[in-house]
Amino acid sequence: MTRTFRNRRTALLYILPALFLILSLVFLPIVLNLYNSLFRWNSFDPGRTFVGLEYYIRLFKDPVFYTALKNNSLYAIISLVFQVGGGLIIAAILEDKLIRRFQPFFRTIFFIPSVISIAVVGLLWQLLYNPEVGLVNGALKAIGQAEWAHSWLGDSEVAIYAVVAVSQWQYTGYMAMLFLIAMQKIPFEYYEAAMIDGASRIKTFFNITVPQIKEMLLVGSVITVIGAFKVFDEVYIMTFGGPGRSTEVLGTMLYRSAFRNDEMGYASTIGTIVFVITLTLSLVQLKLGKSGQEV
Amino acid sequence: MTAKSNPIVKTENVTEFRTGSPKLSMTIKNRIFQSAVLVWFSIFALVIIYPIIWLGLSGLKSNSDFFLNTWSLPEEWIWSNYKAAWDAGIGQFFLNSVYVTVVSVITVLLLGSMAAYGLSRFQFKGQNLVLILILSGLMLAPQVSLIPLYKLLQGLGLYNTYWALVLPYVAFQLPFSIFLMRSYFLSIPRELEESAIIDGCNTWKVYRHIIIPMGKPIIASCALLTGMNVWNEFMFALVFVEDSSLRTIPVGLMNLRSQLNTNFGIQLAGLAISALPMIIAYIIFQKQFVRGLTAGSVKG
Repeated sequence: MTRTFRNRRTALLYILPALFLILSLVFLPIVLNLYNSLFRWNSFDPGRTFVGLEYYIRLFKDPVFYTALKNNSLYAIISLVFQVGGGLIIAAILEDKLIRRFQPFFRTIFFIPSVISIAVVGLLWQLLYNPEVGLVNGALKAIGQAEWAHSWLGDSEVAIYAVVAVSQWQYTGYMAMLFLIAMQKIPFEYYEAAMIDGASRIKTFFNITVPQIKEMLLVGSVITVIGAFKVFDEVYIMTFGGPGRSTEVLGTMLYRSAFRNDEMGYASTIGTIVFVITLTLSLVQLKLGKSGQEV
Repeated sequence: MTAKSNPIVKTENVTEFRTGSPKLSMTIKNRIFQSAVLVWFSIFALVIIYPIIWLGLSGLKSNSDFFLNTWSLPEEWIWSNYKAAWDAGIGQFFLNSVYVTVVSVITVLLLGSMAAYGLSRFQFKGQNLVLILILSGLMLAPQVSLIPLYKLLQGLGLYNTYWALVLPYVAFQLPFSIFLMRSYFLSIPRELEESAIIDGCNTWKVYRHIIIPMGKPIIASCALLTGMNVWNEFMFALVFVEDSSLRTIPVGLMNLRSQLNTNFGIQLAGLAISALPMIIAYIIFQKQFVRGLTAGSVKG
């Protein structure tokens, strides 16, 4: 047995096909991206001019870059509050013994949006936000707040919030589900003891539930923040960075530079920045994950 | 600071808890709590589900019906909208999505389970390095690879073919599937394999006749999660194929939007057709879905 499973060549036979694909289509592109960012080039002309760090300097002077960074950060913060915070509260309440028998129903419904593609969700919400026929303004009129009606995606002041809101609609139930799963692993005796002690729900939540799922909370938070810096689809579909460039995020800025303005080098530079940000956040996650195990 | 420091059960409290009056006040409080939560959750559920139902119903309306009666049921149920949406392109996009998803899922399951088997059973030098390399693939943002992959696929002559989608999808889905399957395979007891080896089985037979059958639950979870991610993927599908005859549903819908700019009923019917398979699949495979999430506990 031991000898059979110590044969390195056999082991690699099983692993290599997957490893080859991952190395060549996930890792190699990252190296190439870094290299690409040092040249001025476009997709049709085979010639390239070496420009060194010129694009990086240009990027840090580009006001749109700061709009994008701001919007990505806004995404991260709002998603932390609603998806992680809100998801946690929803999960805790669904696990409460008074509500538990309704859990399957609500759990199923809350999760449904996260299985639909962002393309469908984005196009659907574009209609819901439509100032004339959309349900959002219709609902505001129905509850007598007609003056709140807006051209949600057409107003550069509010468009980014309208886009971010869609993600909360779509993914809060997903996070709640992750937390629910973690909560169901907490031994029931803990709750029993607290109940007998007469601890209130709020106390039980902070003293038992939260500490017991701390690890999942950290993972959920980091995933959410990383996700916020990867955002592309919903912005592309609903606003394509507009009106003006008010809803631009790093993802759409990259796409626009590459495939609309045909500045592949500049787009690669944005790619590098996305790489650095997400890598840093991933390392934070690893670190937190480790320390979480020690506690 | 966790439950350990919580006071242990005290008997006096138990009796107090069981006496009449505090219990009565608790029931009233509980009732209020329960009702408040149910109202709140019902409103939330409505906010989630209503737009989706509205989508399906509005897909049955004529254009004027859509504009005049935004909230009500269709005046006349125009089922032909769904047919029209299907014929306007959704049908082709749908088949493309099915094809790309099925091929990607099968490849991920095959290569992923092999790699997971190799990493969970074998011991060799450099094993940790390989594992770290594969798992760090989980963290990388696809955007970073977008432009180099675009050039790479062009260079290989794969741009604008199904493979331009399948290969990147497989590569980006493999790390997560390997991660899930490896942890599951590690938990399969080794006794069976040992006796199989003594009986003269080679590792391939162990993989086929022991690991795969015993790993079925996690393989099903991986299939679902991979399938869902591939079915819904947008960015690669937007950039790596050009012909509208090769487009998958998410990108195809954008085509349809500009093409049917004036017919909302058909547009919404198209969206409904695209959303429905995933919703149905989720409701049918819910248990498996939750199990897959439990095993991974990561946003796929």
